[in-house]
Amino acid sequence: MDQAWKKQGINLKPGTVIHGKWHQNRYVIKRKIGQGAIGTVYLCDCNGQYGALKISKNATSMTVEVNVLKSLEKVQGNCLGPSLLDVDDWEMSPNSKCSFYVMEYLQGEPITRFISRHGHEWTPIFMLQLLDDLEHLHQAGWVFGDFKSENLIVIPHPPTVRWIDVGGTTQIGRAIKEYTEFYDRGYWGLGSRKAEPSYDLFALVMVFLNIYYPKRFEKGANPKATLLKKLNDVRQLRGYKECLKKALLGGYQSSADMRRDLMNTINAAEHRKRPKRRSRYANGARAPLAEGSGIILAALFYYLSSLMLP
Amino acid sequence: MKKGTLKQILLITDGCSNKGEDPTVTAALCREQGITVNVIGILDDDQTEEPEGLQEVEDIALSGGGISQLVYKQALSQTVQTVTKQAMTQTLQGFVNQELKQILGDNQSLEEIEPEKRGEIMEVVEDMGETCDLEVLVLTDTSASMHDKLPTVKEALLDLSISLNARIGRNRFCIFNFPGKRKAIENVLDWSPKLDSISTIFPKLTSGGITPTGPAIKEAMYQFGKKGLLKKLRDEDGPGVEEAGH
Repeated sequence: MDQAWKKQGINLKPGTVIHGKWHQNRYVIKRKIGQGAIGTVYLCDCNGQYGALKISKNATSMTVEVNVLKSLEKVQGNCLGPSLLDVDDWEMSPNSKCSFYVMEYLQGEPITRFISRHGHEWTPIFMLQLLDDLEHLHQAGWVFGDFKSENLIVIPHPPTVRWIDVGGTTQIGRAIKEYTEFYDRGYWGLGSRKAEPSYDLFALVMVFLNIYYPKRFEKGANPKATLLKKLNDVRQLRGYKECLKKALLGGYQSSADMRRDLMNTINAAEHRKRPKRRSRYANGARAPLAEGSGIILAALFYYLSSLMLP
Repeated sequence: MKKGTLKQILLITDGCSNKGEDPTVTAALCREQGITVNVIGILDDDQTEEPEGLQEVEDIALSGGGISQLVYKQALSQTVQTVTKQAMTQTLQGFVNQELKQILGDNQSLEEIEPEKRGEIMEVVEDMGETCDLEVLVLTDTSASMHDKLPTVKEALLDLSISLNARIGRNRFCIFNFPGKRKAIENVLDWSPKLDSISTIFPKLTSGGITPTGPAIKEAMYQFGKKGLLKKLRDEDGPGVEEAGH
C-alpha cells in the first residue's frame, strides 16, 4: 500500500484542509506547484498568507530536509533557502498519516525561462549571485549537492536567484545525499561524490550548460571531451569559457576563488568594449552592440550596488 | 552506541525464480541473521505495466526486510545507489525504533514523537549511516534474458562504488552470479573495498534457462559468515573505529 503512495505522491484536491496534529494549524490547499523525489509541493493558504507546503508519506526523508532548512536558517544574514514556517503531521484517517512542512512561498520563474525572456546579459549576473550564495553556504560547512536548474527560481524586483529545494544539502566531508546524474561530477568521471565546495562548482557550470542545452546531452565514450566540446560550442558562454572549464575540472578550491576569477574576466571583457563605444558616441551613431553592453554594465552596476546596500 | 557493520544482499534480477527453495523463505532466513535483502527488478523497454512475475521482487524484499524497486535499465545506476542507501537508513532506523521502544514503551516509534524531537533522532540516524561500515553482496541474475542488461548492471555497480566510497564509513563489496556452473552461485569478485576491478571479470557469463533465486540467496547468506572476511575485518580494525553518536 505504501508502494503506491511512493510512486504517485500524494494527490490533494484544491480546497482540501490540512490540519496539523501537533501545532493545530489549518492549511487550505490551493494548487499543486511541484513534485519531487520525496514529496509533493502545494501552494496553500494559512489565515490569508500563502505558503509552500510539502507533504509526503516518508517521514524520515522529510525530517532530514527539515533539519537542513533549520541549519540553513542559522547561517547568519543570508537567505540561502526558503524560510521554514511550520513542521507537522496530518492524520488523513486513523491509520494513514503524512508528514508535512510549510515554507515561505517564493513566486518567480524558472532560471532558464527568465534568461530566454530577459536576455543572456543576465547569465553572468546569476553566476555571480550563485557563487556568492555558495560561498556563504560552504563557509557554514554545507554543500548544496543537488544543484540543478529545477531547484532554482528567479524572483523579481530586483531579479535574484533563489534556491527552492534544499533536500540534497549535505555536510562537508560526507557523501552527497542526493544528486541528478547530469549535474553530478561522479557520473561524468570527473571526481568523487564527497561533499566539498568543488562538487557544487561543477554542478553550477552544468546549470548554465543546461540553459543552452535544454534537452541536455549524452556523455558519450569520452565524457570529459564531450563536456568540454559542449562548453566550447556555446557562443554566449565563450567569454567565461576558461573559468567554467577550470570549475568543471575541479580547479577551484572555493567559490570565492571562482567568483574572483569570473569577475576579473567580466571586467576585462567590459574594458575591451569601452573605447569602442566612446568613439561611436563621438560619431553620434549609437550601435546596437554598444546598447547591449550598456545593458550588461547597467545590470552589473545595479547588482553590485544592491550588494553594497544591505 | 557501538558502531556496527550493516550487511546487505542486493539482488538484481529480471524475472521470477523457477528452481529450488522459495526465495521469500530464504530471504526471511537472511533477515533473521541480520542481513537485509534488497531487490531490483529490471524491466524490459517494452514492458509498460508492472508484469505479474515481478511481484516476486517485492515479496522477496519484504520478507528480507529490505527495499525493492522496479526499474528500466536506463535508470539502473541511480536506482542501485538509492535502494542501497535507503535500505541502510531503514535498517538503522529500525535499530533506533527498537531502542526507543525499550526506553519509552511499546507504542513509541519515530512517527509518534513530535517533529522537533524527531529531527534530533534523525540526525543520529544520519550520522550512523555516514559512519557505519557496510558490506554489500551483489547477487546478479545471469540467466539468458539478462544477457543484454549486463553491461548496464556493470556500470550501475561501478557507480554504486563511487557513491558508497564517498562515505566516511568503510565499505566492502563482493559480487556473485547465479546460476553458477556447478554451484548455486558463482563468485565473480571476492570481498574488496572497491568495485574497480569488475570491468575485466564481468563479461564472461554463462546463461541458461534456470533461475534458482531461492538457493542463490541462501548461499549468499553464508558468504557473510566466511572466516576470512571476519579475520580481515579484525585485522584492519585500526582506523575508522569510533563511536557514532551516543
